[in-house]
Amino acid sequence: MSASVWPAVLGRFEWHALPFVRAWENPTLNELIGAGAAAIVVVGAIALIALITLLGKWRYLWREWLTSLDHKRIGIMYVVLAFVMLSRALVEAMLMRLQQATAINAPGVVDPEHFAQLFSTHGSIMIFFMAMPFLTGAFNYVMPLQIGARDVAFPLLNSISLWLTGGAAGLMMISLVVGTFSTGGWSGYPPYTELAFSPGVGPDYWIWAVTLGSIASTLSGLNFAVTIYKKRCPGMTLMRMPLFVWTTLCTSILMIFAMPPLTVATALLALDRYLGFHFFTNDLGGNMMNYANLFWLFGHPEVYVLILPAFGVYSEVVSTFSSKELYGYTSLVLATMAIAVLSFTVWVHHFFAMGQSANINAVFGIATMTIGVPTGVKIYDWIWTMFRGQVRFTVPMLYSLAFMMTFVLGGFTGIILAFPPLDYLVHNTLFLVAHFHNMLIPGLLYGMLAGYHYWFPKAFGFRLDEKWGRVSFGCWVIGFYLAFMPLYVLGAAGMARRTQEVFEPSFRPWLYVAGVGALILFGALASLFVQLWVSIRDREANRVTAGDPWDGRGLEWSTSAPPPDYNFALLPQVRGRDPFYDGKRDGDPYAPPPEYHPIELPRNSMTGPVLGIVGTALAFGLVWHMWWLAILGTVMIVATIIARSFARDVHRTIPVHEIERTEAHWLAAVAAARAIPRQLEMTPLNQGLAAVTR
Amino acid sequence: MSADEVKHPGINLGDTRDLSHRDAEHDLFGFWIFLMSDAIIFALLFATYGVMLVGTAGGPTPADTYKILPAFIETLVLLTSSFTFGMASIAMKHDAGKVRLMRWLAVTLVLGLIFLAMELKDFATMIGDGAYPARSGYLSSFFALVPLHGLHVAAGCLWVVVMMVQVAFFGLDERVKVNLLRLGLFWHFLDIVWIAIFSVVYLQGLIR
Amino acid sequence: MTKPNDSRSQETRGYTIGYVAALVLTGAAFAAVRWPSVGTTATLAIVFALALIQMAVHFRFFLHIGLARSARDDLQLILFSAVIIILMVSGTLVILFNLRHRMM
Repeated sequence: MSASVWPAVLGRFEWHALPFVRAWENPTLNELIGAGAAAIVVVGAIALIALITLLGKWRYLWREWLTSLDHKRIGIMYVVLAFVMLSRALVEAMLMRLQQATAINAPGVVDPEHFAQLFSTHGSIMIFFMAMPFLTGAFNYVMPLQIGARDVAFPLLNSISLWLTGGAAGLMMISLVVGTFSTGGWSGYPPYTELAFSPGVGPDYWIWAVTLGSIASTLSGLNFAVTIYKKRCPGMTLMRMPLFVWTTLCTSILMIFAMPPLTVATALLALDRYLGFHFFTNDLGGNMMNYANLFWLFGHPEVYVLILPAFGVYSEVVSTFSSKELYGYTSLVLATMAIAVLSFTVWVHHFFAMGQSANINAVFGIATMTIGVPTGVKIYDWIWTMFRGQVRFTVPMLYSLAFMMTFVLGGFTGIILAFPPLDYLVHNTLFLVAHFHNMLIPGLLYGMLAGYHYWFPKAFGFRLDEKWGRVSFGCWVIGFYLAFMPLYVLGAAGMARRTQEVFEPSFRPWLYVAGVGALILFGALASLFVQLWVSIRDREANRVTAGDPWDGRGLEWSTSAPPPDYNFALLPQVRGRDPFYDGKRDGDPYAPPPEYHPIELPRNSMTGPVLGIVGTALAFGLVWHMWWLAILGTVMIVATIIARSFARDVHRTIPVHEIERTEAHWLAAVAAARAIPRQLEMTPLNQGLAAVTR
Repeated sequence: MSADEVKHPGINLGDTRDLSHRDAEHDLFGFWIFLMSDAIIFALLFATYGVMLVGTAGGPTPADTYKILPAFIETLVLLTSSFTFGMASIAMKHDAGKVRLMRWLAVTLVLGLIFLAMELKDFATMIGDGAYPARSGYLSSFFALVPLHGLHVAAGCLWVVVMMVQVAFFGLDERVKVNLLRLGLFWHFLDIVWIAIFSVVYLQGLIR
Repeated sequence: MTKPNDSRSQETRGYTIGYVAALVLTGAAFAAVRWPSVGTTATLAIVFALALIQMAVHFRFFLHIGLARSARDDLQLILFSAVIIILMVSGTLVILFNLRHRMM
């Protein structure tokens, strides 16, 4: 081919986009770290493909998982994605702590460009590709079971959301191997991310990964909202829904209305970068302040998208492990709704220092402090739920308790930041970094991990190892305090966030402590993986097939573990707030119905995987200016959607005899299981049947 | 359940056809939420337009750029297409055959294409007169907002074509009907966005 | 229950009323700008008011959004969306105009 063809095919790709080439030509520690990370991605991907091929599992994987429209499998895949991305972003966090601890009047291990990529990817991944998939996965798995539905309202759309999220996360991984990522932080503020200052591919990777993720989240929110509005089982009135369903609903509403501002912000930035528009440029009438405004119109509701699901988990966990009805149900519902609505009214507190008048800042400062009130109500409700309950300190409960104490602490520093004059002092320092980690680690990660331990037995049929769970819990808590409390001190002392090199020797001890904390947090993640390994190894001893290991309260515990494809052989009838808990006390919840009926479920579809892969290819083509790929991707997306609209045979029917067989199998397990009292629930005697005192 | 009970936005098929009212209710509620989410996107582009209206950077101003007559004709065309789509919905609901439905869909499609052609000609004239998007912040915001609506109309036209093919291919089965109802919501929604566009963009710009 | 044909003519009448009302409102808005008789601010207010009325007409006659109990979900959704839109748009305008003012 002639020299003029290559640019048309490869766009702006050239060999130096590969970190291996850069490391070969210039083998500094910095380049070697980059090449090492890229090598892990490449080797990991090859090893995974080889392993699946070796085990001959492609067909199984494709049929049972990748093309599945079952909300339970989609939920599990979301959580797997979250763990993979958590691992990467946590390693990046460790590297950043290592850099700051070693770069006191010294260059440290990574150069400024590389450090900036680290904090940009760490933030983007943790928010969009760890937190969002984790909570979406939890909603997917649990919510339809809790409202007594057989699936979400739009199963195909669910699969498409998963695959768009997966594709966007894949784009983040590709950015490690091909090219470099943005250095503009997770919020991508222009004008720095404009073409004039960041001509490379980095911001484009950020724009398209975030855009794909945000579209996927909008669609997920829509799906969950319709499911909750229209697919509740008979008797499940709004005020009988479990609190986790309420937080799902409020989170979904936030996703529906708060993701579009992000899409607008990234799309306008893309127009600036690709077509020379002037939205956020310095010249010709651009206004970069509007970007901050648009971004935080998304960004603040997003904070509650992240935190409300955890509130839902804690409400379930605290009530179950105290064997008590949730205290103040109505107030918790109202508080959740109040938080959801108020979250749209406080976005300015993310840019108090931009220069608007003191009156505007005051209004938004007051609105910000108001949000503390419903949050406080929730904390009291959880405490009162535990009061005089039969409290068991299981791993999910430990996370809930650690959350309550740690989150309140973070809330106090939030009050400090909500005062505009104080905010001016600590704006853009490590104080802020400490504050939002102090909110999101207990308010998101602990909650998701509590939910993971709580619902894992339901999803896989065996309990997670308790001992390693406690080790991991201890590491997450100690590691958090060691890593982030010093940052409050450093921030108050004036150390700016995102600092690659430090010139103040007195910061040294604090940075060392924070570095040790990061190591412990890494230990926490490692313990989680060890726990998973140990639990799978010992799974036979910890089976809970009967399906109710914790004397559960909601409908999700009234099925086998794992639940059958169709969830409920007969759609349940609900009469109260804790239908299964009351059912166990008032009668026999395991009595088989007089007769079964055939059940219609959605057939598998490859639309999701196709759209995910094509969408990623489109994004990749846009990043590298491979216009042929971008055009091809767009055409393929439209063609796929139109082709799918012609599909008619989209349902399969499960015949009665199959349902009878599945149900009989489960009921035999229930009959064989020994009902255990609560003090034995952590032992192998727990087979998922609760002894009930009437 | 009575035939004229309203369960969802847009025309309600009620029990005049075999389509289960409940399924349509789910599907249309979902689509309606999508439209509201889309409305947020348009709202923010309007807000951005409002912010950037002053950012003309010495280039063309709204009063130099817009012409009242084409905007008026485009509005009439789009309004009429909303009405003709309504007639198509009624034909779908009450007619045994599909001839009248196809005829009204075809009229709607033609009106949509006329609108698009006129709009493209407007843009071409603007760009020819030096009012191109990279000229100023104000023009950037115009060219993000108004063509996005145009893009929606283009997608709507493609959708009409697909639906006409499906009506010919499948007849009026459940999914075709639900999708026609969704398309109806989409089409009427675009008309509402256009009201905002001709008022906020064109008329505001032309007030002297 | 009404006969299908009755409801057909009713529905056709609904769309026709909506169409005529929309034409009148559109015409009035364009006329107010083309042949201005009041000041610019007043004209703008007239245009915006007519636009709001026309939107309501479209919602009522083309999208069949009403106050009937069975359609409450949709009405609530529209009203909530309207609140969010007002919050976002007015917030954006107030903040960014304030910033512009302070930079002048």
